[in-house]
Amino acid sequence: MIEFTSLDQMLRDTEQSGLPLWENILLSDCARQNIAREESMARMTAMLEVMVQADEGYSAGDRSASGLVGGDGGKMAAYAQAGNTLCGPFLSDVMAGALRMGECNACMKRIVAAPTAGACGVLPAVLLPYRLHFGAGEDQLVQALYVAAGFGMVIAERASISGAEGGCQAEIGSAAAMAAPALVHLQGGSPEQMVHACAMAVKNLLGLVCDPVGGLVEVPCVKRNVIGAMDALSAAQMALAGIGSRVPADQVLDAMAEVGRSLPHTLRETGKGGLAATPFGMEYAPKEP
Amino acid sequence: MNLFDILGPVMVGPSSSHTAGAVRIGRMARALLGQEPVRAELLLHGSFASTGEGHGTHQALIAGLLGLAPDDSRVPASFALAKERGLEFTFGSCTLRDVHPNSVLIRLEGAQGGKLEVGASSPGGGRIRVFRVDGLDTSFSGELPTLVVHNTDQPGCVSQVTGVLAGRGLNVATLQLNRGGRGGSAVMVIECDQPIPQEAAREVRALPGILRVTRYTPEEEAL
Repeated sequence: MIEFTSLDQMLRDTEQSGLPLWENILLSDCARQNIAREESMARMTAMLEVMVQADEGYSAGDRSASGLVGGDGGKMAAYAQAGNTLCGPFLSDVMAGALRMGECNACMKRIVAAPTAGACGVLPAVLLPYRLHFGAGEDQLVQALYVAAGFGMVIAERASISGAEGGCQAEIGSAAAMAAPALVHLQGGSPEQMVHACAMAVKNLLGLVCDPVGGLVEVPCVKRNVIGAMDALSAAQMALAGIGSRVPADQVLDAMAEVGRSLPHTLRETGKGGLAATPFGMEYAPKEP
Repeated sequence: MNLFDILGPVMVGPSSSHTAGAVRIGRMARALLGQEPVRAELLLHGSFASTGEGHGTHQALIAGLLGLAPDDSRVPASFALAKERGLEFTFGSCTLRDVHPNSVLIRLEGAQGGKLEVGASSPGGGRIRVFRVDGLDTSFSGELPTLVVHNTDQPGCVSQVTGVLAGRGLNVATLQLNRGGRGGSAVMVIECDQPIPQEAAREVRALPGILRVTRYTPEEEAL
């Protein structure tokens, strides 16, 4: 049974069980929660459906409460539509999807926190265009969500998935580190490759600070969903190419926890440092009551 | 923690603490009042006061008072819904001591004349903690079946109440007891491992010295 405290333990247990990693994650969680496999599968399928609904319900005309956020998902989709983009059709769709979901969240639409509301765009941004471009079925996407959630559990146990605790590396970084192994799964990679993908995705956003303008989940949060998705794709591709993380994955997560603790209070979701403390950011600083 | 704490909750954005948690606080206050709220005074503290507007915290709290869930698409439009349902509300700010920055004090009046004051915080991830009920300190999250008992401070109250629970095979996970002053009013909060049946709450209510009993069942949120 997976204990969700160590990626190494997850790997060893999966090897012993003879199960695919996604299924071992599913069954281990069912045993911990004392719920039936069917119940868990139905809930996870519902999560995917909410992601699809949110993506389809996006409206480029919506604006956030502050007016800072909205419309960029529409711009990116239009640019992608015109063709001859810098990043090609798949990546352009990923970027548009990340912006759409981030903007949906900022505009008070219904989303799936994955692992947080601020980082809710990363997973759907890679999974939904993957289906379109690579032809994955719903069952494969649900399996990929189990992989993502399983890695997310270990990250939450060993490091953090809260910006207030660990900075943006804990939100967008964690989302990328969940999406990367999910992509490796979809491409038929091994559990070892999934662990490497997770570790590399964390390493490449290590130290990212949480500095929201006005303390709101808008700037830079929405666009950071794009870089989270890109981080996941690049880490997954490296892992699939046989490239591994030199630092063992559990040690990478421990470093993430340590870096999070070292971040000053001003860079952990307080809206008092970084971009929030720029002259522009200060214009949106909360009025003290 | 389980997989659906990581992938989930399904919620209306933008913030699990300032939006989803705020809806849950409103729902908890409604449940503790035990009747349809008709008047509400909400005093926001700390980050709820300073960044609440941009996070939809106000709409979220009212949505919760109306019984909406954190994933209900009507959360942003809760003010209009409140008008339809006859809930009058006012917002203000306050400074509370020794509480989490995401906190609110809610004073409620119900359709049957019931009154309640609840203080609660939203520390993150959509979880909540009720730190005050009617002026008395508490600390519970609503994650377990919970019984909130208002009683007069007199000998034997606690043993009688726990006796009722024991008689029904309910295991007490935590028990908190606080009183305003000797012989005054007291609040007992009991978190149980098993769901608390309605009859158990009724039986507790019938005990001597018991003023009010509220039963809280953790919500089976759809997702």
